[in-house]
Amino acid sequence: MIERRPLLDFFSHVVLVLGVLTVVFPLYVAFVASTQTAEQSALSPLSLVPGSEFVNNYSAVLFKGAAGQVTAPPVLHMLWVSLATALIIAIGKISISMLSAFAIVYFRFPGRGLFFWMIFVTLMLPVEVRITPTYQVVSDLGMLNSYAGLSIPLIASATATFLFRQFFLTVPDELAEAARIDGAGPLRFLKDVLWPLSRTNVIALFVIMFIYGWNQYLWPLMIATEPGMYPIGIGIKTLISGGDSAVEWNLVMATMILAMLPPGLVVVVMQKWFVKGLVDSEK
Amino acid sequence: MEKRARFTSKWLPYLLVAPQIIITLLFFFWPAIQALYQSMLLQDAFGGYSEFVWLDNFKALFGDPTYLESFRTTALFSALVAFFGLAVSLLLAVFADRVRRGASLYKTFLIWPYAVSPVVVGVLWMFLLSPSLGILSHVLTWLGLPWDYMVNGTHAMILIVVAAIWKQISYNFLFFLAGLQSIPKSLIEAAAIDGAGPVKRFFTIVFPLISPTTFFLFVVNVVYAFFDTFVIVDATTHGGPGKDTEILVYKVFSDGFKGGDLGSSAAQSVVLMVVVILLTVVQFKYVEKKVQYA
Repeated sequence: MIERRPLLDFFSHVVLVLGVLTVVFPLYVAFVASTQTAEQSALSPLSLVPGSEFVNNYSAVLFKGAAGQVTAPPVLHMLWVSLATALIIAIGKISISMLSAFAIVYFRFPGRGLFFWMIFVTLMLPVEVRITPTYQVVSDLGMLNSYAGLSIPLIASATATFLFRQFFLTVPDELAEAARIDGAGPLRFLKDVLWPLSRTNVIALFVIMFIYGWNQYLWPLMIATEPGMYPIGIGIKTLISGGDSAVEWNLVMATMILAMLPPGLVVVVMQKWFVKGLVDSEK
Repeated sequence: MEKRARFTSKWLPYLLVAPQIIITLLFFFWPAIQALYQSMLLQDAFGGYSEFVWLDNFKALFGDPTYLESFRTTALFSALVAFFGLAVSLLLAVFADRVRRGASLYKTFLIWPYAVSPVVVGVLWMFLLSPSLGILSHVLTWLGLPWDYMVNGTHAMILIVVAAIWKQISYNFLFFLAGLQSIPKSLIEAAAIDGAGPVKRFFTIVFPLISPTTFFLFVVNVVYAFFDTFVIVDATTHGGPGKDTEILVYKVFSDGFKGGDLGSSAAQSVVLMVVVILLTVVQFKYVEKKVQYA
């Protein structure tokens, strides 16, 4: 604090509270609607007092799933699909990136530059610009409607590889020399020296990649055509596809609240690593 | 930078890079080449007939007024998202950097939207702004501002811009905050001693010093608006009313997957690929600069 300016301090708090309200208000409305009956949630204006149907609505979406005009599996199942895919994506990205960064930093072999370049170029090929042909590949491999199809095509990661490369370059050479003199091979060195040293980086990356995996939409929209393989995002889309009158907003909102809880908790609980991961992976 | 200490093995490094390279080849390079190839084919929707037509698809594309219109829509959309998104987040970051009490609480709330998936964001704002039952549309009507994004293209654009910005605030906020916190306190103190008030200090010292962050975020936000907002459009307006919110990524998808016009969709993908490549080059140029002058 440079100088005392009580008025400006007060104003700062006003602006920040407004900012927080902008963030919280939509979430609050969603929560309120999720605790009302279908009729109440379709009223205009919506009452901003929580209703009485909290237990009913949440147990209905979690275990029963939607039937009737739109069909969607129980939310519990969709949450499971999302969780499994997000975990495979996050762990997959971290493992293959760590291995390739290790090879690129600690070995000199023909093709090293080419491989590095190939990994770099993937930054320029987001899934949105190669939708149709990538879908074709996955379908030819028979990976439609499978966990492999939902996750494996997304686990190549230029950013994670760069991050590990940067980090490995800062690890003192003496460690590798000492390991070699003690007779440790490269894999032993990776497991016993580099892995423990990279732990903070791994956790930070994990948070970012988990959220990335959880929030996928366009990819599962094409790959998951059977309701049994719907991740939660596609489930929400299905629930609102029945047109204005058919939508049971209270259940949609309950589903949305459940969909944002896992990644939200990850961000809030692991805030420190999350911020580190976000800032590091953009360097 | 190179390591002095290395391991030697004829086969191990290849084994280590293999998973990443195989996935890259299979799901990135091969499809990208396919997209290039298909963009020069004329195909019927069932794949029975195809003819190599060189650049005809591109010519058709740039002669097509709906495509040019979609370009304009995307440009407007990205400009609005980047400008207002950065302005709001910078404002919040400046004040969050200033206050002492409650700072971490504010931060926790403001970063939460990062975790909310784009489809949830889209549906949330659609619910708030739905003409028949949205609570915000009710307020707007009460204020004498009739609101219906389903018939009014401007309203639809506002809906997706607001949703897109809401989602991106956390990201921008965190980077701005980090940028602000890295400004040496002595500079600010010196200016304060010389009699510069908070507003003057912001415009003459703080803003110029965080301009690299601002530029970086600008590029990131343009990329975000170009590519990552597909979901928001798909969950809310479906590109409508008419084609008023049909941004380029959405058009690739709707022409290719729903419309069955594979050649045109592939040509659009290639155009987008060029856009990403340009933006990535700009971003990396900037990173190089930062390394040199920091």
